[in-house]
Formats: sequence, C-alpha cells, structure tokens
Amino acid sequence: MQQKRDTMKITMNGEVRDLENETSVLQMLTSLELNPAKVAVERNLEIVPRSLFAETMVKEGDRIEIVRFIGGG
Amino acid sequence: MQDKPLVIAGREYASRLIIGTGKYKDYQQNADALAASGADIVTVAMRRVNLSDPNEPMLVDFIDPTKTVYLPNTAGCFTGEDAVRTLRLAREAGGWDLVKLEVLSDPKHLYPDMVETLRSAKMLIDEGFKVMVYCSDDPVFARKLEDMGCVAIMPLGAPIGSGLGLQNLVNIRLIVEQSSVPVIVDAGVGTASDASIAMELGCDGVLMNTAIAEAKDPVRMARAMKHAVIAGREAYLAGRMPKKRYADPSSPLAGLI
Repeated sequence: MQQKRDTMKITMNGEVRDLENETSVLQMLTSLELNPAKVAVERNLEIVPRSLFAETMVKEGDRIEIVRFIGGG
Repeated sequence: MQDKPLVIAGREYASRLIIGTGKYKDYQQNADALAASGADIVTVAMRRVNLSDPNEPMLVDFIDPTKTVYLPNTAGCFTGEDAVRTLRLAREAGGWDLVKLEVLSDPKHLYPDMVETLRSAKMLIDEGFKVMVYCSDDPVFARKLEDMGCVAIMPLGAPIGSGLGLQNLVNIRLIVEQSSVPVIVDAGVGTASDASIAMELGCDGVLMNTAIAEAKDPVRMARAMKHAVIAGREAYLAGRMPKKRYADPSSPLAGLI
C-alpha cells in the first residue's frame, strides 16, 4: 500500500492550495498541465529563472505567481 | 527614394506600425490582422494563468514570438514597483528587454500619471530595460524621459480606446521636432486618416489597438492602417505644398482659345 504523503499549503495565483511536499517548480507546473516554456514563475516576489525550474523546491507558505502573455494594448 | 528604416534601441524595423493584441474576437483573428497590418511589433500584457483551464488558448501559439517582437506592457500597474515586477516576469517569459511602460491614473481617461511614469522609467532603465514610454503630449515631460534614456517617446493622440484622432497636433509636432529618439503616437487613432495625420506630422510610427480590433472588419482595417502609415510617411518625406488662401488653376491660362 502506498504511503500517504504529507502536503503543504501554498498560495498560487492568489488561491490557497495543497501541494505535495518535496515538489519542484517544474513538477508543480507539470501537475497543473502547464507548458513550462510558455509561462513565467515568481516565488515570494523573486523570479524563478526557467533554467532553475527543476531544482527550485516549493516550500510551505510560498506565494507563487504563474503568468503568461495575453492580448493587450 | 528609399526611406530609412525605423530604428528602436539599435534594432531596425521595416514597418512603422505597431499593433496591440487586446480586444479581438479571438487570437486567430488577431493573428490574421497582424499579417494584414505588416507590423513587426505587437504589444502584449502579462497576466496570471487560469489554473482551472490549463488548455486555454495561448497567444504564443497564434503569434510566434520568434517572428514578431513582443512588446510587453505594464497595463494595470499604478506604481514603479508594480511595473518593474511585471516586466521582470515578462523578461523571464520571453527573454526580451524592450518594454512598453504605461503607468495610468484615472480609469475615466486613462491618462498617464507622469510623475509615477518618470520614477518608473528610471527604475526600469536602471534594471537594464529598454523603455518605450507611453506619455502625455507634454514636450517638457517628453524631454525629461528622453534625457533619462527612454528609447522611444510615445505620446497619446487622444485617450486610450477613444478613437478620437490626434487632438493636439501642435504638441505632437513640438515633441517630434525636439526628439532624437523615435516618436510614436500611442493611443487615440480611430481610422486610417488619423494614422496618416500622425505620420504626416513627422512621427516615426503609430501604435494602435482598438482602431483595428473594434473595426467591423478588423483584418481589413489592419490593411488600411498599413497603407495609411505608409501614405502618411511618404507624404511627410515628399514635403507637402504650401497652403494658400485662394485658388490657383492647375491648367495654364496662356494659350486659351
């Protein structure tokens, strides 16, 4: 039987969400079905460079923003 | 007869028309309008992804950022800190440092807050951004922004989305005469003749969104704008005839039977 993993609470785009412990930014995007090449990520007001998505771990209480380009004037 | 290309921050652009990507029916229509306009640069906004719909259409799937220059804007930002934060994300998402700064004030007129615009421009330039700045049509502020290092001065022709056409030709012309960086009229154009008027004044380019997106046929209006910008530019370079108060016949009077 698979052991139930612990989760942590984070705020993602203004919504409080549960996320599995030991999740990288890349894993977080993959679980959201988002293409990492088409978004930018901010963690606690700091940019997470795309090259560091795989090694940057999300931590309890993090404030994450995931943004993309949309139409604008 | 060859015109010089538009040069912004050291890069050449064949088209003097910049178009927005907001308010279209969908991204496909937007892409079709872009193709018809011949524009090399599009303005874009940066917003949160919709977490409940990961498969929503993405702008980058319709307008290829490797072929068209994305000019991220700071729409919705009211302070320099907001603008820097937004454009850092845009730079990470796309890798560009050419940006459009717009710090607005009252939603009723969307006039730029020039005090905050000046402060924001300084912050962005200090971070290495190349700033094209939406500004009031005040030549004094325009000069300050150029002296600070902005790479293009973009005075409004009329309030954003109003389609009223250029309201203060005198000020736009003063800004054109004093500037050594490109002057691009941003906002206020309603139809093709407005774009031609801006170019006839000697502006280096025109930026528009609503005039195309809210036309009954946006793709056709995009094509009209392409021609209008070229026509206005050519007329400016050709040098118009002087205005006279009385008629002057085009056919010779000598040799009448």
